[in-house]
Amino acid sequence: MTKQTTIYDEIREKGHSRRDFIKFCGMMAAMLGLEHSAAGQIAKALETKPRLPLIWLHGQECTCCSESFIRSSHPIVADILLDKVSLDYTETLMAAAGHQAEEAMHNTMEKYKGEYLLLCEGSIPLTADGVYCCIGGRSYNDIIQEAADGAKAVIAWGNCASSGCVQAASPNPTGATPIHKVIHGKPIINVQGCPPIAEVMAGVVVHLLAFERIPQLDGLGRPKAFYSRRVHDTCYRRPNFDAGLFVESFDDENARRGYCLYKMGCKGPSTYNSCGVIKWNNGVSFPIQSGHPCIGCSEANFWDNGPFYRRLPEFPGFGIESTADKVGVALGVGTAVGIAAHAITTNIRKKKLIERGHCEPEESNT
Amino acid sequence: MEKRIVVDPVTRIEGHLRVEVEVKDGKIVDAFSSGTMVRGLELILKGRDPRDAWAFTERVCGVCTTVHALASVRTVEDALGIAVPPNAEMVRNLMFCAQYMQDHVVHFYHLHALDWVDVVSALSADPVATSQLAQSISNWPKSSPGYFSDLQKRLTKFVQSGQLGIFANGYWGHPAYKLPAEVNLIGVAHYLEALEWQKEIIKIHTIFGGKNPHPNYLVGGAACSINIDENNAINAERLAYVGRLLDEAHTFINQVYIPDLLAVASFYKNDWGAIGGGLTNYLAYGDLPTNGYSDVERFKFPRGIIMGRNLNEVIPVDGKDPDQIKEFINHSYYDYSSGVEQGLHPWEGETNLNYTGPKPPYDYLNVEDKYSWLKTPRWKGNPMEVGPLSRMLVGYASGRDEYKEVIHYALNKLDVPVTALFSTLGRTAARGLESILVADWAKEFYNQLLANIRNGDTRMANNEKWEPATWPTEAKGVGMTEAPRGALAHWIVIKDKKIDNYQLVVPSTWNASPRDGKGQRSAYEESLIGTPIANPDQPLEILRTIHSFDPCLACAVHVYDEKGKYVHQIQTF
Repeated sequence: MTKQTTIYDEIREKGHSRRDFIKFCGMMAAMLGLEHSAAGQIAKALETKPRLPLIWLHGQECTCCSESFIRSSHPIVADILLDKVSLDYTETLMAAAGHQAEEAMHNTMEKYKGEYLLLCEGSIPLTADGVYCCIGGRSYNDIIQEAADGAKAVIAWGNCASSGCVQAASPNPTGATPIHKVIHGKPIINVQGCPPIAEVMAGVVVHLLAFERIPQLDGLGRPKAFYSRRVHDTCYRRPNFDAGLFVESFDDENARRGYCLYKMGCKGPSTYNSCGVIKWNNGVSFPIQSGHPCIGCSEANFWDNGPFYRRLPEFPGFGIESTADKVGVALGVGTAVGIAAHAITTNIRKKKLIERGHCEPEESNT
Repeated sequence: MEKRIVVDPVTRIEGHLRVEVEVKDGKIVDAFSSGTMVRGLELILKGRDPRDAWAFTERVCGVCTTVHALASVRTVEDALGIAVPPNAEMVRNLMFCAQYMQDHVVHFYHLHALDWVDVVSALSADPVATSQLAQSISNWPKSSPGYFSDLQKRLTKFVQSGQLGIFANGYWGHPAYKLPAEVNLIGVAHYLEALEWQKEIIKIHTIFGGKNPHPNYLVGGAACSINIDENNAINAERLAYVGRLLDEAHTFINQVYIPDLLAVASFYKNDWGAIGGGLTNYLAYGDLPTNGYSDVERFKFPRGIIMGRNLNEVIPVDGKDPDQIKEFINHSYYDYSSGVEQGLHPWEGETNLNYTGPKPPYDYLNVEDKYSWLKTPRWKGNPMEVGPLSRMLVGYASGRDEYKEVIHYALNKLDVPVTALFSTLGRTAARGLESILVADWAKEFYNQLLANIRNGDTRMANNEKWEPATWPTEAKGVGMTEAPRGALAHWIVIKDKKIDNYQLVVPSTWNASPRDGKGQRSAYEESLIGTPIANPDQPLEILRTIHSFDPCLACAVHVYDEKGKYVHQIQTF
């Protein structure tokens, strides 16, 4: 991250010495009624680099990404907001509204041009001149173009911003469009999921702050740290799949034993996410652990890859119907039924993929 | 001379809301509320599997996550005649209660408090006096002088950094802020504590539904099977986890939220206990069944309507009666095939958009014509307020002792008359008071779940009608619930195993909708009339009343039309 002007820098530039600066901090502490020892803290705060400025925009969305973000356990969100970043515009949490809110955003866009991070929640409706989402009398497309222009990088939170999500499901009435199809010339990180896992969202921010670089991304722009494994390959119920032990209907004897949910429509075999590893809400559980099949919410167009309770093999292009029903045979056949799997894959191939930490999904349409 | 003030975006809400008000002699004389975003979920649902609808509609809102999923599974269960097992009812109730407690606390501290609490003023509080004050109103242990002193230092450091983040450009120092510095410091302390606590209570969703936001639901029951002798199911460890979270929530609500609410209210009661009353009709569908969803009498939240603030009568409401609930579009960007003037019952609902607003960028809406993506719902032609105040009033008017007890407790503590409930502050207080009830009820549901299991009933799903082959060719259903923000219902028409029509009438549509053809304002607009505006450039008073409803606009707007063409309107302002 490039060095930014701190208050200390500004004081030095105006011709004051460091001694003056320390005295100023002492006075500041006294004025604020703090003990003198607080002067050191103030000095430290003033001479360290500014917290990373963030602008968080909302398009067509449900605010589940903001809600997920504030669920983060490490770091907790209060520490992120007070110590690590400066969230200068967020319609969900900011004190100001209307003109004052817009002014706060423009102040950051001017003062930190090229340095701030743009976080986007929601898709962009492109139909009908953008009238399906207006903020402050302007179309969301207009606003996001302006905000992206001076951004250092863009984070597309969740499935809406990454691939359009529910409003882009057929027939996509409002022309809901993901960020990467509209914003060009900026690094875009797609943090997928509906919503993404809280600690994954915080993890991406921490990655940027701690390592000062964009995380490695997969072919769909998702950070490999969190999206390089199939839910199926990291699922603790996987041995049941391999052994041919399946739930046949909800709450049957097999469900009560925690068998594999593949036959109930689980999309784990075609879904890349951290649910099986990091789990949800500080590791409490994840959908499969709580008895419901994965619905594939971190994949593009997952709404149109349903119905949710229909097992995967009934879709054209998947060739493992028989294998799932034949105990033992399944062991020798690939389960990478994923989005790109037009050919039958083999265990050997899958082994290589896992070893490389590599995934090769692609968007099926839009 | 009237002056028009525009607040857009209205922040600290869910979704995209625009408010335009006209101010004359320092008071609001007219108000216009507009939803400015639309997604079209009702159309997207057409032709899909009814069993999937909960997941689509759950994405209507991520703030009040779960509520649409619950309404949806109930709608399908109503259409197909499915009764869920008692354990599933308790699990749904527990998820409902967890949502209420999380949502109400987050609303109070993170969405509403900054309308009352001046963060900058907290910097000048005396930590010792703050500690004494905190200990005088609550047993909450985090209340030492050192605790408040450390917090104040952290806040000072934050402010001195020059990067004010979410607090930038707030209305600090506005004359409408009335709290002493010490109360402001307590408010800031609990803002941060609540932020940390809220991520705990929702783990109940994670345990039963696998994740939060947007936990999983299931038509016919719940997907989380019970097996007390299995590692892969709801067992003693999972239940103990839920029990601990419920205990902590009970403590947080009673030792932090409620004392803070009453402390803040005591400084604002004389003005804000009389401002913002708005409509005089209140609607609640009721919820939290204890003997199956068909036994409405045994809901914890009773169902009913209060007209004209008459607390001596509760009028029944029927979602299936074609003459009761209708949606109108006189000022909404839609067309009906039968014409603009006629309202439609949701089973007959249509979604033909016709955007006639100004082309963006625009300065003002054309409020004489259509000006919102929200339709205008009416009960027998009447505008209704929905939400915590409606629920508390319906409970009170139904003669339920526990409602009377908490309402009288608060009124006595604040030394205000019952009429103070009909106000901005009353709405905010009602949200807290029902949280007390919900925190108690959640423990009852938890104990009932344990008792069922102890008695050998571990059923969690009713699969009799799971397979579409068992369904009739045509079926209609209604699913009602009480979202944290108020009465919510879904209507479904199933034909040939698929969704033929799906309509949602949600709380913020009742409250935030534009006026109807008779010129009757809905709740937001009506409640703003008469509100004083100290400084037209700083719309703090508008935010107080609008936030008292806890707006949720993505919920309110969900219809569309792909052929929406903009027609330029001559600006009239």
